[in-house]
Amino acid sequence: MKRASLVFTLVLAAGLSSEAASAQTLKTVQDRGLLSCGVSQGLPGFSSPDDKGNWTGLDVDVCRAIAAAIFNDPTKVKFVPLSAKDRFTALQSGEIDVLSRNTTWTLSRDTSLGANFTGVTYYDGQGFLVKKSLKVNSALELNSASVCVQTGTTTEQNLADYFKSNNMKYEVIAFGTADETVKAYESGRCDVFTSDVSQLYAERLKLANPADHVVLPEVISKEPLGPMVRHGDDQWFDLVKWTLFAMLDAEELGITQKNVDDMAKSDKPELKRVFGTDGNLGETLGVTKDWVSRIIKAVGNYGEAFDRNVGAGSKLQIARGLNQLWNKGGIQYAPPIR
Amino acid sequence: MSIEPRSPPPQFAFRLKRALGGRAGWGGFALQILFVAVLVWIGYEIVENAKANLQAQRITSGFGFLNNTAGFDVSQNLIPYTGSDTYARVFFVGLLNTLLVSIIGIFFATVIGFLVALGRLSPNWLLSRISGGYVELIRNLPLLFQLLFWYLAVLAALPNPRQGISLLGAVFLSNRGLVIPRPNGEPGFEPFVVALLIAIVAAVVLWRYSRRQLFQSGKVIKVWPYALGFLIGLPLLSTLIFGKPLTFEIPELKGFNFSGGSRVIPEFVALTIALSTYTAAFIAEIVRAGILSVHRGQMEAGSSLGLQRGSVLRLIVIPQAMRVILPPLTNQYLNLTKNSSLAVAIGYPDLVSVFAGTTLSQTGQAIEIIGITMGVYLLISLVTSAIMSFYGWRIGRSMGG
Repeated sequence: MKRASLVFTLVLAAGLSSEAASAQTLKTVQDRGLLSCGVSQGLPGFSSPDDKGNWTGLDVDVCRAIAAAIFNDPTKVKFVPLSAKDRFTALQSGEIDVLSRNTTWTLSRDTSLGANFTGVTYYDGQGFLVKKSLKVNSALELNSASVCVQTGTTTEQNLADYFKSNNMKYEVIAFGTADETVKAYESGRCDVFTSDVSQLYAERLKLANPADHVVLPEVISKEPLGPMVRHGDDQWFDLVKWTLFAMLDAEELGITQKNVDDMAKSDKPELKRVFGTDGNLGETLGVTKDWVSRIIKAVGNYGEAFDRNVGAGSKLQIARGLNQLWNKGGIQYAPPIR
Repeated sequence: MSIEPRSPPPQFAFRLKRALGGRAGWGGFALQILFVAVLVWIGYEIVENAKANLQAQRITSGFGFLNNTAGFDVSQNLIPYTGSDTYARVFFVGLLNTLLVSIIGIFFATVIGFLVALGRLSPNWLLSRISGGYVELIRNLPLLFQLLFWYLAVLAALPNPRQGISLLGAVFLSNRGLVIPRPNGEPGFEPFVVALLIAIVAAVVLWRYSRRQLFQSGKVIKVWPYALGFLIGLPLLSTLIFGKPLTFEIPELKGFNFSGGSRVIPEFVALTIALSTYTAAFIAEIVRAGILSVHRGQMEAGSSLGLQRGSVLRLIVIPQAMRVILPPLTNQYLNLTKNSSLAVAIGYPDLVSVFAGTTLSQTGQAIEIIGITMGVYLLISLVTSAIMSFYGWRIGRSMGG
């Protein structure tokens, strides 16, 4: 039903609006007083609600950081949970202002959906989760297996490619939501559950006995996950893009949630530009000069957000790996704020 | 008895004017033309505007995507399909899966529905209570819930392939579905089919002959032993002359799953059971109402002719009840077809799942894909309605009504 209403909104928006793309997203958000942010239907570490309905996760923190930059209040976000197959329609129809929902950046998504990726919040790759009792040590031993997958993801195509190029047979069973997929895997309908590795770790926590399941070592694809905005609003595109860059640059400069106030008083020219005590970089983005300190006070720098949600400080215990900063052995690299 | 003189039939021009313009005559006709023209214009503007806006937002539009490679696999395909086929082929794979589950679901729903209705009307106390209980239980629980029950509680509880239930070492039941030996055609296959067809025709001719004899002279001729003789004898003869018609490929456990043989996937089984039992509960009530709508006197008249209760129902009551049953029965058939789109919840690859789901999110062409899908469901529903109307028309004609 959700899907039908989304498509209906899209048809209305496309068919009746006289103006082409609304180039006014920032103004719309400011007038509304809320940022509408598309997230997952519950993926621990990235976006999931607790029992009181508070959303947490790395993708959620990106939304909160944008809200903090605009309103100086990270709570002014309306989270819209979306299934994998509904997410793009929700963005196209204007139901959400930004999609921050572990979405893989690919060429076709960049060119044909009328949307743009603004950066990479998490470098991921596709992997396989199996029961330990199967005694499988490598994905290459999965010939003739039944594989459960969530529909509407790049995962389905990677899976077909991988088994085909390795001359292996398999049976795919595709479900509408992550929960249904995991339930079918747990019930024994499939031997394997495949998805982005981060998601495998997150979903494993939901299983009855997480220790009975193991993520195989093979990573069969590149899955750079990042936020998306509608095409045609460059101001909004810049703001969302630079919000993530600000979190990354803050980590590189050693700005943390704790020391942000002290750092803001610094005389270093680099820090003065970042904190807006020199120049008006924030205003060129359409927000205030102190946008970076607003963001860091709200969600911390990228490293803090990573540790809190998916890394050492979380249940997921995912290593930084590729997501470490470029000068510490990873590939996370943000252009400078100047 | 005097007969009123009939008024002469209205002139053609007058009837046309009335049909097109109603009471307002030709002026009304002009207004209607104008109204339709405005509707068409609004529709055209919406389409053009949508096109322009989609282009401005750089959302790809048009139907060119149908020729692109799909790149994903589907667990059940009635026509050959691999990941390197096009989205157009995915569409047909999904459509056939939807039609398959709908047609088989409609068949079982009708059979169960009629049986439950007859059971509920039966003088047998226990049978009628069980049937009544079935209807009340099934129709008052949400369909999605029943679907998940069959899939996650019943079928998923079957053992894994390694401990699968085996029948004669050839048929295997496990949580991966039902695996049966796959028949492969041999040189003797074509003569076998021809022999079988001849036998069927002969049996039908015999049956019709016996019916004619029954109606004309009241003689009861036992033809079934001869018919059975034909049906078994001729194919057997063909096998003896031309050799085995079929060999069977026996499935065996290889790795994680069975290889060889044909497989019925549990998603299909769960969906078929859920759809047919659910719709059967509604059909049972419709059939019951239809049967009760036939006047009691018809039943008594039948009984007084010495017919058995079953024959009275079959020959007298149900044909009359069909006229009442048919319109709401059509509704149930349409509902079943549309409800089959719940398939996505249990991973059955129906049209909505593979086309309006996977294909949509891979191409992002929501307007086109949802448009095609809605058109297809509309078409399926209209065809179903047309078939049922034709059937209703035949019943009406045969009863002279």
